[in-house]
Amino acid sequence: MMRRLTPLRNAFRTPTGMLAGGWLLLVITVAVFAHLLTPYDYDIQDLAHAKMPPDAAHWMGTDEFGRDLMTRIFYGARTSMTVSTVSIGLSLLCGLTLGAAAAYFGGWFDRVVTTAVDLTWSFPEILIALLLVAIIGPGTMGTMVAISVAYLAQFTRLTRAQILSLKSETFVEAARSLGASHGHLLFGHLIPNALTPVLVAAMLATGDAIILEATLGFFGLGAQPPTPSWGAMMSSGAAQLFTAPWIILLPGLVLTITVIAINLFGDALIEALDIRAKLRDA
Amino acid sequence: MLGYIIKRSLLLIPVFFAASVVVFLLIHMVPGDPVDNLLRVGAPPEQRQIITERYGLDKPLVIQYAIWMNGVLHGDLGNAIIMRRPVADLLAEALPHSIALGASAFLFYAIVGITLGVIAALWRDRWPDRTIMTGVLFGSTLPSFWLGLLLMLIFSVWLGWLPVSGARGWKSLVLPVLTIGLGGTALVTRITRVAMVEVQRKDFVLLLHAKGIHPLKIQLLRVLHHALIPVVTILALRIGFVLGGAITVEVVFARPGIGTLLIRGIMQHDYPVVQASLLMLAMAVILGTFLGDVLQALMDPRARASLS
Amino acid sequence: MLLEVHDLRVSIGAVTPLDGVSFALDRGEIHGLVGESGSGKSLTAMAVMGLLPLIGGSVTGGTLRFDGHSLQRPEAELRKLRGRRIAFITQNPMTALDPVRRIGAQVDEVATLHLGLDRKAARVRTIDILTKLRIPSAETVAHSYPHQLSGGMKQRIVIAMALAAEPDLIVADEPTTALDVTVQAQIIHILTTLVRENGMGLLLITHDMGVVAQACDRVTVLYAGRVAEAQPVGGLFAAPCHPYTRALMECIPREGMARGALAGIPGVVPSVVNYPAGCRFHPRCARADAICCTQVPRLTSQGLDGFLSCHHPLGEPSS
Repeated sequence: MMRRLTPLRNAFRTPTGMLAGGWLLLVITVAVFAHLLTPYDYDIQDLAHAKMPPDAAHWMGTDEFGRDLMTRIFYGARTSMTVSTVSIGLSLLCGLTLGAAAAYFGGWFDRVVTTAVDLTWSFPEILIALLLVAIIGPGTMGTMVAISVAYLAQFTRLTRAQILSLKSETFVEAARSLGASHGHLLFGHLIPNALTPVLVAAMLATGDAIILEATLGFFGLGAQPPTPSWGAMMSSGAAQLFTAPWIILLPGLVLTITVIAINLFGDALIEALDIRAKLRDA
Repeated sequence: MLGYIIKRSLLLIPVFFAASVVVFLLIHMVPGDPVDNLLRVGAPPEQRQIITERYGLDKPLVIQYAIWMNGVLHGDLGNAIIMRRPVADLLAEALPHSIALGASAFLFYAIVGITLGVIAALWRDRWPDRTIMTGVLFGSTLPSFWLGLLLMLIFSVWLGWLPVSGARGWKSLVLPVLTIGLGGTALVTRITRVAMVEVQRKDFVLLLHAKGIHPLKIQLLRVLHHALIPVVTILALRIGFVLGGAITVEVVFARPGIGTLLIRGIMQHDYPVVQASLLMLAMAVILGTFLGDVLQALMDPRARASLS
Repeated sequence: MLLEVHDLRVSIGAVTPLDGVSFALDRGEIHGLVGESGSGKSLTAMAVMGLLPLIGGSVTGGTLRFDGHSLQRPEAELRKLRGRRIAFITQNPMTALDPVRRIGAQVDEVATLHLGLDRKAARVRTIDILTKLRIPSAETVAHSYPHQLSGGMKQRIVIAMALAAEPDLIVADEPTTALDVTVQAQIIHILTTLVRENGMGLLLITHDMGVVAQACDRVTVLYAGRVAEAQPVGGLFAAPCHPYTRALMECIPREGMARGALAGIPGVVPSVVNYPAGCRFHPRCARADAICCTQVPRLTSQGLDGFLSCHHPLGEPSS
């Protein structure tokens, strides 16, 4: 177990990895312990103190309803993290299964899957997500399903490519000649070996998913009030662009830095695991 | 070569129909009685009968699809429920704005992206490369709506150089194009640099140097030609990127276009509008893929060989 | 002397893979540079061509002289020599040609660049060279793309590009390694014939002793970045002086060998990062003793026109 974690520790050792990883840990902590970290409630309005710039009482200022912005950003982090990780997790599971099955069994199933993947892959994720939200309706549930489906093609494709290249390696032939069953090969050897690059891709996709979730929230299609979400905050903040720009700037800044941190840490992980070649195709 | 293009364009027809089926099915998967979505609140019961008959909602799905398809092929995309105008008219009004935005943004990020990618590759690991790649990191992670608002804040609110919204005159295009363009530039710069570096490593480039050809000529004529093959292909395949960006940007900058039409249609449950806009966007992506295939065949004789 | 390399040192970053290589080559001479992979043969070729910067390397010691003038000159001047007076033949014909350009254009370009010929004249010259290299239907070939040709044909094109400007020296880095055995002999024959006909010098880099025997006049044997031995080819095969040379010869399968007699050399070629101290061959040498482990043997004259760096050469009793 510790040996498997070594690349993770190595990723933390580079300066960028440390900074990025540190920020991510901070965000996760904030998301989980939001209720302990701020004295304010994210939903109590205080119109007397609306649209105030950052000061001692409100480190990030207040929004148009007088709510403490930092608190709302903290709780928004919770929404973003939850939605993105659940969606990507779901997408990953389905993509792994589909991709592995398609690569392993081949034949008509593979062709169907490949065609479906090729068709959806060129469509922007935002479009697919909008489509699904249009069907399911706005809200956290809809957003999660929408994002899952939007990234399904990517994981299926990546898994399929990994399994295909592993399938042709001699250890598979050897195992088969020793009488290994399909299930044993698939779950015991092929998928575990394909897992690493796919997991790292999932991590990077989480960053994109956070942006996608925020975009949907910006259109009012994401988590509905009173649940705070960064996207929705920026959407309502757009009207205050002239008078209280921090309402848009600060959540956006936190969002951007978080996604950059995910990308940087993901890169550090790729270097530590030395799987750049396997991911080139994706 | 010509034969390939013809064959490939014939393929577009079944793909178009497949896309239309998918769009149709998706719209009709919306839970709830479609008649409720088509009726305004508080409408009298006779309206139900009229609506049902007019939209043929009591007929089987296949027939409904056929009716719709028939209309589409004749240029009749139905009528928008809320806006009460023929959808075809709405699309015709929105399309020029979206095309202007999309084409300008595409040109911007293609040209700037390739240039920056080449510079980064030629000065690899030195300061131009590092600066450019840092910029790329930011460019590819900034959410486009936030970038748009930020640019709006700086250039419209604080500096007052450019209009905040709308679609009048070329000035109103600048910020939207920049918003999509910066994200796109990041993508194109990265793939151009990677492609250039990969080609530089190849044996034939070594031999070109050994022949005594000027290195700049080698990089800009030979290496770039090779690097552009995957870059151009990806540019065409990723036309969806422009579309996705356009949707967001049109909303942020309140520009009329297919994106605004689509979003408004979704929010207002105006399904003829959503159906037609989706079909239009799907066609754009399909055409982009087609173009990508053709361009790749044009630029790489090996691809042509494997086709015949 | 066409090419004189004296005590050449090449570094790539922190490592120094080539550490004191010396040899000389005259007009009309075919000089073999022999060694296993990792001995530094290709690096020597790159150093002569002045292409070390492409792989992040540089000459950090010694001299290179071509036709009496130093090769350590500004890049712009070296560029005039490359392709015109010193030509290069690479190892892998499958990847040596630009896949998206027609053959004709790739060969023409040497003549247009270095001889100032216009397109038509260059094309005439190209067809002429292709024909001399016994490429059938030269016109069709000139109009084709590389992927339409076989490996052997491609290598002939590479040779054509090297000969197009009538260079004085050709540096051929393992020109036959990537080819089928039957084609190898043809290519070597073509190369050597043309070189002799035109009075050129050929630096033939290879690890194949068979090729050396077939083609070379003189041979320099490299091991781990240094010269082990250098002799005329006859002397090398008849009476090798360095233990490594003899071990190399014994690795070649010969007619009439007893079964089980094929030898290998115990141990592995040391990597750049941990070259042994003293004589670099000592861990694998049956004749090694205390001196070999600590003192670097110097390259000294041997006989009439040979060189050797060994503390206990063959033919002398080992202590």
